[in-house]
Amino acid sequence: MMHIVVCAKQVPNPEAAFSMFRIDEQAKRMVPAPGLQLVMSPFDEQALEAALRIRERHADTKITLMTLGPESARGAIRHGLAMGADEGVLLRDSAFEDADSYATARALAAAIRKLGCDLVLTGRQAADRDTGVVGAGVGELLGLPVIAFAKDVQVEGAAVRVERVLDDGTEIVEAAMPALVTVSNELGAPRAPSLRETMRAARKPIAVWKAGDLGLAEVDIAPRRIIERLFVPVKDGRCEFIAGSPQAQAVALAQRLREAKLI
Amino acid sequence: MNAPVVTLVVAELVQGRPSRLTGEVLGLARRLVAERGDTVAAALFANPAEGAAEELIACGADHVYSMEHAALGSYHGEAWVSAAAQLCEKAAPALVLAGHTAVGADLAPRLAFRRGAAVATGCVEIAWRAGRPTFTRPCFGGNARETLSFTTACAVATVRAGCYDAFARDGTRHGAVTRVVAELREETLRVKVVERRPDAIEDIRLEDAHTVVAGGRGLNGPEGFRSLQELAGVLGGAVGASRVPCDLGWCPHSWQIGLTGRTVQPELYIAVGISGAGHHMAGCGGAKTIVAVNSDPEAAIFRDARFGVVGDYQQFVPAFIDEVRKLRQSQ
Repeated sequence: MMHIVVCAKQVPNPEAAFSMFRIDEQAKRMVPAPGLQLVMSPFDEQALEAALRIRERHADTKITLMTLGPESARGAIRHGLAMGADEGVLLRDSAFEDADSYATARALAAAIRKLGCDLVLTGRQAADRDTGVVGAGVGELLGLPVIAFAKDVQVEGAAVRVERVLDDGTEIVEAAMPALVTVSNELGAPRAPSLRETMRAARKPIAVWKAGDLGLAEVDIAPRRIIERLFVPVKDGRCEFIAGSPQAQAVALAQRLREAKLI
Repeated sequence: MNAPVVTLVVAELVQGRPSRLTGEVLGLARRLVAERGDTVAAALFANPAEGAAEELIACGADHVYSMEHAALGSYHGEAWVSAAAQLCEKAAPALVLAGHTAVGADLAPRLAFRRGAAVATGCVEIAWRAGRPTFTRPCFGGNARETLSFTTACAVATVRAGCYDAFARDGTRHGAVTRVVAELREETLRVKVVERRPDAIEDIRLEDAHTVVAGGRGLNGPEGFRSLQELAGVLGGAVGASRVPCDLGWCPHSWQIGLTGRTVQPELYIAVGISGAGHHMAGCGGAKTIVAVNSDPEAAIFRDARFGVVGDYQQFVPAFIDEVRKLRQSQ
């Protein structure tokens, strides 16, 4: 049996209007407005989608969805189970509350080591802080080959074959499993949970592990990152609106841009 | 005596020359060294063309390490990370800087974990404050900024395009060039590159374009890009897009501008049907002048724009193309 672990993060809905995100500069925290939904980070949904596509071609495959977060993160796991993942693992501990990328990668790596697996999939970055560090870090900590920014992931025999996105094209790479692959938005839209899978999801197991279950002491996951400031950049809001009919707008804009020597 | 503070720049080459962003990162490194530090070192990985090391010196490096190995020919994550880790062992930099490209964004976190260093990706500002390097980067979809520092002795960071001026090229600068043979064992190179599929060469690269015309969800379909291409043609510019039209297949993925796409810094950026979400603006915020065309007067893009046109782009864009043509002919 092939075992795929998908690492996912629960984030405030990145599609929500920015007015839903209030930045508390004093506390250096983002304070969600009431009603701001928590969702699975979209790139991680696409990582799970990649795993589900692999399982469609290789039936004897188990998919474990893993996340580190507070109790609310159980919602992201339920969503993943309803998309089709087989089991969930929630890494939840008060010691993880202040976890930075390094601590998160340490905890996920320890949990993956405990489970054992053939392939780790995760999103290229989380849609809240857009750091893009944890996936690569888990791969490095586990000593796995790391393949970043996948738009297509195929398993062929004991190897994974990935088309990955570069700045000026793509490349096809292969590595023997176990390996870690981060998935980019070019993979395509993730499936929505079906009613049948949603019903089944209620009976799927979710394990909850604490730092101690992973053999992690406080010093192992002490944050190295200090948030000095969190702020909303000031915008000068000097937009000049050009009024009139489309024809008049076209004339006026062309004139303004000519005056500014831009055209 | 304190050990010298070394700032190491990971160089990327385009046709054997330092890329524009590498030039900007060297410009940043020189500013940082002026605040605190001793040496700007640069790492070359690509078995470079003759003269590449000297060019890096002219662009601000004091010391170029040319990492040599057959596997370093073009970017290979495992090879570059291993070679960079060996160089960090030797040069002991306090800061390692790379451009925020597909190369830098892959290399930086892996190098950091390999070296027990911290990492900050996609930075827009790096400065020494109270004896520590601090890193400012967009977060929450590009809508907010965070400034970070770290408790580690070394930090690795990637820098977004267009945030810093390149160091003014000076062909008379002197510097050292050290050739280092990277030790890369075959069994550590587990990822095999089977095939590279380069995009079709663009007439004008988005990154180099004076004018960029970009379309978003508001185009309501692939047809809209035809009129944007016509407009870009008249203006001598290039066409880009926000993420939604790329994901919907209205245009190639290589046109995507934003946090996970390309970063452009044209003189003129014309955004058509783009709402202006932070993750898009992170890729075009460096444009000198932004013109926004949108049917929604409340669209966030107008907060970033210098000129705003509220209306139906299908009526406005053809009229605007005609006007630009007229201006051109009257020259």
